[in-house]
Order: sequence, then structure tokens, then C-alpha cells
Amino acid sequence: MIPNLSQFILLTLLGIVFLFMIPPQKTVVIRRITNITLFLTALLSVWFFCAYDTSVGGFQFVQNIPWVTSLGISYHLGIDGINSLLVLLLGIVSYSGLLVSKSVQDRVKEYHIMYLLIVAGTFGAFLSLDIFFFYFFHEVATIPVFLMIGIWGTGKKEYAAMKLTLYLVAGAAIALIGLIGLYLSTGLGTFDLVAIQQHLASNPIPLHLQNIIFPLIVLGFGITLTLWPFHTWAPVGYAEAPTAISMMHAGVLKKMGAYAIIRFAIQLMPEAAQIWIPIIATLAVVNIIFCGLVALTQRDLKYILSYSSCSHMGYILLGLACFNIIGINGVVFLIFAHGIMAALAFALAGFVADHTKTRNLDELGGLSKVMPFIGTCFMMAALASAGVPGFANFVAEIMVLLGAWDQYRWHAVAAVLGIVITAIYMLKAIRLGFQGPLNPRWKELRDPEVLSAKIPFVLLLGVLLIVGCWPSLILNHIGTSTKPVVEYFAKK
Amino acid sequence: MVEPCLVWTAFFSPLVACLLITLFCLRSKNWSSLIAIGGILLSFACTLWIAVKILSPHQVLTVAQSFHWIQFDGLEIHFGFLLNSLATMMLLVVTGVGSAIFIYSRGYMADDPSMPRFFAFLSLFAFSMIGIVLADNLIQLFIFWELVGLSSYLLIGFWYHKPSAADAGVKAFMVNRFADFGFLCGIILLWSLSNVGFGRTFRIDQLATIVPQIDPHLLTIAALLLFCGVIGKSAQVPLHVWLADAMEGPTPVSALIHAAPMVAAGVYLLARLFFIFEPLTTALTMIAYVGGITALMAATLTVAENDIKRILAYSTLSQLGLMVMALGLSGPMEGMYHLTTHAFFKALLFLGAGSVIYALHHEQNIWKMRGLLKTMPITGFTFLIGTLALCGIFPLSGFWSKDEILALAWEHNTLLYIMASFTSALTAFYMGRLFFTAFWGEPAKNDHAHESPVIMTFPLIFLAILAVVGGFIGIPHFLYPESEHPHLNMRVAIISSVVAVLGLAISYLMYNKKPNVDPLEKALGPIYPVLKNKYYFDAVYGWYVDRVQQGFALLLSWFERLVIVRLGVHGVTGAANETGKVFRLLQTGLVQFYALVFVLGTVFLFIFLARSL
Repeated sequence: MIPNLSQFILLTLLGIVFLFMIPPQKTVVIRRITNITLFLTALLSVWFFCAYDTSVGGFQFVQNIPWVTSLGISYHLGIDGINSLLVLLLGIVSYSGLLVSKSVQDRVKEYHIMYLLIVAGTFGAFLSLDIFFFYFFHEVATIPVFLMIGIWGTGKKEYAAMKLTLYLVAGAAIALIGLIGLYLSTGLGTFDLVAIQQHLASNPIPLHLQNIIFPLIVLGFGITLTLWPFHTWAPVGYAEAPTAISMMHAGVLKKMGAYAIIRFAIQLMPEAAQIWIPIIATLAVVNIIFCGLVALTQRDLKYILSYSSCSHMGYILLGLACFNIIGINGVVFLIFAHGIMAALAFALAGFVADHTKTRNLDELGGLSKVMPFIGTCFMMAALASAGVPGFANFVAEIMVLLGAWDQYRWHAVAAVLGIVITAIYMLKAIRLGFQGPLNPRWKELRDPEVLSAKIPFVLLLGVLLIVGCWPSLILNHIGTSTKPVVEYFAKK
Repeated sequence: MVEPCLVWTAFFSPLVACLLITLFCLRSKNWSSLIAIGGILLSFACTLWIAVKILSPHQVLTVAQSFHWIQFDGLEIHFGFLLNSLATMMLLVVTGVGSAIFIYSRGYMADDPSMPRFFAFLSLFAFSMIGIVLADNLIQLFIFWELVGLSSYLLIGFWYHKPSAADAGVKAFMVNRFADFGFLCGIILLWSLSNVGFGRTFRIDQLATIVPQIDPHLLTIAALLLFCGVIGKSAQVPLHVWLADAMEGPTPVSALIHAAPMVAAGVYLLARLFFIFEPLTTALTMIAYVGGITALMAATLTVAENDIKRILAYSTLSQLGLMVMALGLSGPMEGMYHLTTHAFFKALLFLGAGSVIYALHHEQNIWKMRGLLKTMPITGFTFLIGTLALCGIFPLSGFWSKDEILALAWEHNTLLYIMASFTSALTAFYMGRLFFTAFWGEPAKNDHAHESPVIMTFPLIFLAILAVVGGFIGIPHFLYPESEHPHLNMRVAIISSVVAVLGLAISYLMYNKKPNVDPLEKALGPIYPVLKNKYYFDAVYGWYVDRVQQGFALLLSWFERLVIVRLGVHGVTGAANETGKVFRLLQTGLVQFYALVFVLGTVFLFIFLARSL
């Protein structure tokens, strides 16, 4: 049997149905079912990634089922080089996120149901080639995040959940207006992305309409992408969220914003993009430098990682603003690399926070002595984040910088400075948290002993290293599908 | 013909060693040391073979092989090697001196429970260093440049539970990172300028043909940015501050980082990319002065230092300054020659210091050492050879190579010649101070110092032989076969010899009688505290980092909390307050209801979808 793309969604939904039928106290069964479900979807994501034929390009494994024909809505799935990579990212991160969820003991059933719901929604959003369905799945993925932070979070969790949700809902609403504007202004009466793409290639939307729709979409999804100054939901949100949610959101869900901007804004409205993009490039640099410097002042491990994540979104925005093949390839590469890296870093920070019950770097210290495995992994994640070669992030950042150099020379120089800033706060986190004399309070702590508890860290680290040393592995996929995005600019 | 597989073996065997140790031998001291030493020795053997092959026929040999690492429309980054006689020489130094240090480490680290980790880091370092030497394009060079920075961070902070060691590692990494900011900008600028021939390229061989066509003003900027990287890695003024602190690492690391490989990487980079700098007079003059100032300043710092390793560290700085100066005076051959001989005797001195430290149970203050020549004859005698070589005493290797640099300065720039000569005098003085204080005279009665084991003295003897014969084995000819044979400038040679002997004599007079307090402290008067505080560089940088940088970051942090959050977020929240209250009321206790709604909604949608088929 040849797998099809609907199976991602169907499998996770099937998992949810099973979970509903199991009594809440049977936590072992619940965990096992979720584990099997996500393992299968992860395998499926690898299969599709490998099966995607880069020599042919375009959308493959397409399923197109008309739904509401009068409005032009259809259930249309398909993958190209970009979203096959994002699906792979989601497969890896969601499975790793589940493996670190063992520490959740409270309301296990609800936790796993919602987790699967997020995964289902994100798969749906990445796979949909229909704007309506993209938006729908995007919402399905976003809303359980609110509940999961509110219920399984720590500290100021209600505030964190409220703030995150208000921002994301506001962003989604703005984006929705933009998407509806897009739908109406094509005059096709269809939400189908492929049809719209083909139509707009020869009949672009009038510039004055583009000039309204483009900023709406970029702003709306930019909020998801922690565009400065709309980033303040992220630090508190990620810090208080349960580990798996920090991993999923910083790693994958946030990237839906970048994905949507590439697919709907830049590719469909290149003329407006050209007008608006200098502003985005400038905001990108503000993101990099501002959030990086704020990260310098933080003493909370998760806050540092959250601000770091906001700061690195600046590279994605800068790459988007380049409009050349190097920059856009760098962006997609960075989406993947940062996703894996952020998931790893949050998983490790979560492990430390779970065991020490504190995230304050002044109280930690010398942890490498008692947990060398976690210490080493954290060091590697931090160095990856700081753009040390060998890890995937380096390749991505160098491509973004090379892409930005011609058009935005001083922006690029500032972005290089951002790498230095990242190194400062990441080394500080290692130094304060894991090096120096061991705080006697933690001398009983140990590395995870069972192998399965180490798997998520090893898996994520392995992916970072392999892709970092052998970038062509994913670059071929990216390259086949980014060309159409910048075609308009290449022609000029 | 040199087979590429030979070069690849030399390239990757330390990496394989590192991976093997990390994956399988993190608990076994014997296996990890065996694998690491085997890896570097294999690499050394391959390099020797390559060197022999390059030497035998009288032709200039450049061997290269390259693969695409990243390739799509508009960007090509290769991974490969570019081997010429210069690279072979550097490779010999790295793997040869490296082998001696690896073997020595087996003895020095014998009691440390984390020895396997140590050898894994050492192997990673050796691999990164070989990568810099062989890299055939600037991105690959940068990759290994950063990896060297990373492995030195790991090695300096090897005893990470010691705050001073951990801080020193961070400092080394950060200073280098800061320098690499310029370096990376320089690489990208050069890449964007290279769009004149084949299209943009990072490859060194292609850049060499393109450079003459590039606008010299922009090229000067690119060259100076590249030089930023050198300033960091080779610890030139004003980014020299990390090097003395880096002495916190285990002594073999100090030898590895400070003597041969790491700090010399900057000088090597200048020599390898000399075709870029060659036509740029302004840039070269700046480089020469940076080198000269570093040489002189570091030499003055040495005289107020009491820690044996720190004395050697500042001495390294000073010698690196001379090498950079030579490059700035258009003498890549002279610079590389001194780099090579310096690698021999400085590694020797560091390992000798390590042997002393090992024998004295981690005592590093020279005022607490006496008469070591008697208690540790092999260490003492080899240390003497290293000292004399560093001072430039005829006929040891340091004499020949230093003379080349002084002769170069003599011909081109009198001011720099005076600075360099004064540096030589100081060098002789501070090395004499160190030697006469710690090694000369009678040992203290209750001294338990004894000679180190053979595994540590053997590398010392090996390096001492090299330090003696280094001037006679035709290194300059090997480096640049096509250039004319170096000639001895008799006048310079005599002056520098007199200066060196004078320096040694003064130190003998001052320290022969074993004063308990350093007489210099009184003699120098108000200058002494300035030297003791290293010209206040650390204080100024500390002030900048703590006050300026952190202050600015705090300002932004306040701005974020007070302006962005308060005005933006709370404004929105205020407006949505009512909704929020409703949400909050609904939130607790009704989780299952929520979950149910979502799932039912989804299911409903799909039923609907299925029916509409």
C-alpha cells in the first residue's frame, strides 16, 4: 500500500479517538498509543521526504477533493520541497516532544489528546494547498496550546496562556482579513493555492490591492513569528509552557508564520513585497539585536532560550527580505535547523527545570558534574544556536548572510553581530548553569538512566549534526521548490 | 605525485579518533589515549610521506581535490584540500609537534579521571587545525577556524568546575568570536567582490587569479577585515587579552594552543592569503605595526609576571608579534620560518614547564622553584636549550629565523627594527630571569622534585633536537622553493647576538644570587604596577562589558517591560478584559469539555467532507 498524505491527519485523529475510549487512569496505555501514533507519523514523514522526487519538483502526492464548490473550497493536500521538509521537522519534533512528556503526571489523558490535536492541526496546515484549510488547521493547532499552557504550565501560567493566545488570535484575525482579501481580489472564487498561483503568474493582483493585502498577511503571520515589537508573548509563553509545548511551538508552530509568508505573501504578491520588504528587513535586524541584547539580561534559562528564539526569527525575516535564491534557501534551511535546535534546547531546559524545580541560573551551577550527558547536550545545543560550524544552524545562517549581503549590507553586518551576541548569552548560560562548582543542592541529581529517556536528545542532536555536515541532504529538496518563489525577481 | 587519499587520511584520522573515543572509550584511559595518539601519529606519518614526495622531484607541487558541499544556482561552496609546500610545512608542524604533545599528555594527565574526554578534545583540536591548514576555500577555512576556537574553548575550560578555568574558556571563545565578526564580514565582502572572473567564489586558487582585478580600496577593507580574524586568533593587540588567561587549561593544552598550532594559525592565514595583502601597502603597513607593537608590549609584560606558564604565554605573544610584523613587511617566508622554529622551542618550553609543574605538584610560581637543573636534569637541560633558542643564540634554530625577520626590518623600516631589537633584548632578559630563578643554583633542602617519567621526557628530547637543528634543515627552501636562498645579514646577526647576550648577562647579574623579592619591582618604580596590571586592558574591557554593553542591554530590557509590554500588551488586554474574564472562568475544570468540542468539531468536519464526496 502506498501511503497518502491524508494518513498524517487520519492517523493522529485515530489516535485521539482511541485515547477518548480509554479510561484516564490507564496512563501507560495512553502513553503507548500516543507513542505508536506519533512514531508512525514520524516514519511517514521520513518516507514522504525520501519519496519526494526532487528531479521532477512541483507538488507531488496530491489529493484534491472538492468540498464546498460554491465557495471554491477543496480538501487539497500535496507536498513540495518546502513543506515536505516542514512535515519532516514536525514528525521529528512531535515524537521527541512526546518522549519528554513522561514527566507529566497530571491529567495524562487530556494532555495527550490535546498534544495529538496540535500535531494533527500542524500536519494539516503544512500539507494543505487550500488556503481555507490551511487557516482552519492552523487554528486547530493554535487553540489547544492555550489550554495546555494554562493547565500544565508553571508559574504565571494563566497570564502566559492569555497573553500568548490574545496575540496569536489577534495575529490570526489580521491574517484572515488578508487571506480573504486575497481570495476576493483574484476574482477566481477559489481558495486553491495552486490555481491561484497559476492565475496570478499571468494576471497579478492590482498593486493598490496588493499594498493592502500584503502587509496584513505579513503582520498577521509575523506576530506568530515573533516579529518585533509583537514578540512579547513568546518569552513568557515559552517559559511557562510545559516542555513539549515549548518545543513544539518554538520549533514548529511558530514556523507556520514563516511558511505562510513565503507561500501566500511573497510568492503571490511579489510587486507589493518589493515595496514593503525594506521595512521587514529593518525590523528583522531589530529583532536580532534587540531580542539578543534583552536575552543578555535574563537570569532564567527558559527566558534566555525564548529571547534567543525571537532573535533568531530575525534571520528568517532577513532571509525573506533578500528575494534571492540564496536567501530564501537559507530561510527554509533555517526554519528546519532552528526548529530542531529550539526543540532540543527547550527539551534540555525542561529536563533541568523538572529536576531542580528552578530555572534560575544563579541557583543552578556545575550541573555537568552530576549530569554530564545533559550538560554535553545542552552545550552542543547552545553552540549550535551560536552558529558554530558542524551544526545545521551555521549553514542556514551563512546562507542568509550571503543572500542579504548585496541588498542589505549593513543589515547583514548587524546580523553577523547578532551571532556574536548569541554566543555571549549562550556561553553565559552554559557557564552559570553547567560549569563552575556544583551547587550542593543538586548533588543527588543524575542523568536520565533509561535509554528511551535519552532518545529525544540524541535524535535531535544527530539530525542537527548530520544536516550540518551534509547540507545537500535537505538542500536538494529546498532548492527544487524555492525557485518559483523568487522567479519574479530572478527575471528582473 | 601525491595521492589524494594520503592527504585525506592525514586530514581525517584525528576526527576518526575523536569519534571513536566519544562513542566507545569514554571510560577507558588506555584505549582513549592509544586511539588518540595513534590517530595523530598516522596523520604525522602521512604528512611525512607527503613531504618526502613533494621534496623529491624538483618541481612546485600543488595538489588539490575538491567536492561540492553546497551547490545551487548562485552559490557554490566546496569542501576539499589545497596542498602546497607552505601547507605541507605547516602540516608537519601541526602533526609533528602535536604528536609530541599527545604522547606527553599521556603522562601528564595520567591521574586525571577525565582523561578520555581530554583526548577526545585534543583529537578534535588536531582535526580542526589540520582543516585550517588544508582548506581550499574561505568558508571551509572559516568552519575550521571556528572549530579551532570551539576546541580551544573546550580545552581551556577542561577543568570546568574551576571557575577561573571556565571563565578563561569563555573569554577565549568570546574574544575570538568578536574577532571573527570582522573575519566573516571580510570573507563575505571578498566573495561579493570576486564577481569578476568565473562568478563569485570562495576558492583560494581562483581568488589568487582574480585579486589583481579587484578595486584596491575595497580590497583593502576586505583584507583588513580578514586581518581582524588574525588579530583574534594570533592574539595581537588589542585582542591579546584572552591568551594569558588561557593558561588555566592543562599544560599540554597550553603547549598545543600557544606554541605551535592554534595561535600560529593567524600567521599561517596571512601567509596563505598573502596574494591578497601583497599589493596593499596601507594594509601591510598597519599589519606590520600591529605586529611590532604586540611584540614589544608583550615582552614588557613578561618581566612583571611570576607564573611560569604566563611568562611563556606573553613570550608567545611577543614572538607572534614578530611573525605578524614580518608578514607586514612583505616577508611571508621569514614569518613562516620563525613560526616553524618557534613551534619547536616554544612547545619544548611549555612541555618543560609542564614537567616542572607536574613534579612540584601544580606549583607555578617561579619564586618557589630553585635549582631545578640539578633535581630534574633532562627537563632542566632541554629547557635551557629552549631558552637559548628563543633568545636567538647562535647556532640554535631561533637565531636563524629571528635574524631573517630582523634583517627584513633593517632593510625596510628602521623604527620597527629598533622595536624588534629591543624586543629581542627583553626576550633574553626575561628568559634569563625565568631560568636563573627557577633552574639555577642549589635546590632547596626539603625539595622532593624529581624527574618526570620517560613518556614525558621523550617528547622533550625530541623537541630539543628540533630546536637545535631547526636552522640547518632547509626550512626556508622547503617553504618557498622558488625564492632565492636566504642570506645571513652579518651586521644584523652580530647586533642581535650582542643584544641577546647582553640581556642574558643582565638577568644573570640580577637573579644569580636568588633574591627573595624581585629586584625589578623596586627598579621599575611606578611602571611596575602598570605592567602588573597588563596596561589595564582587562580593566577597560571589563568596564565595557559590565557597564556599557550590559547597561545598554538592561536599558533595552526596561524599554521592553515598561514600554512595549505595558503600552502595547496591557492596552490590548485592557480592551479585551471582559473576554479575558470569561475565558478565565471557563478555563479551569472544563478541560474535557474543551477537548471534546475541538475533537467533535474536527470529526464533524470530516464527516461532512466525506458526505460531500
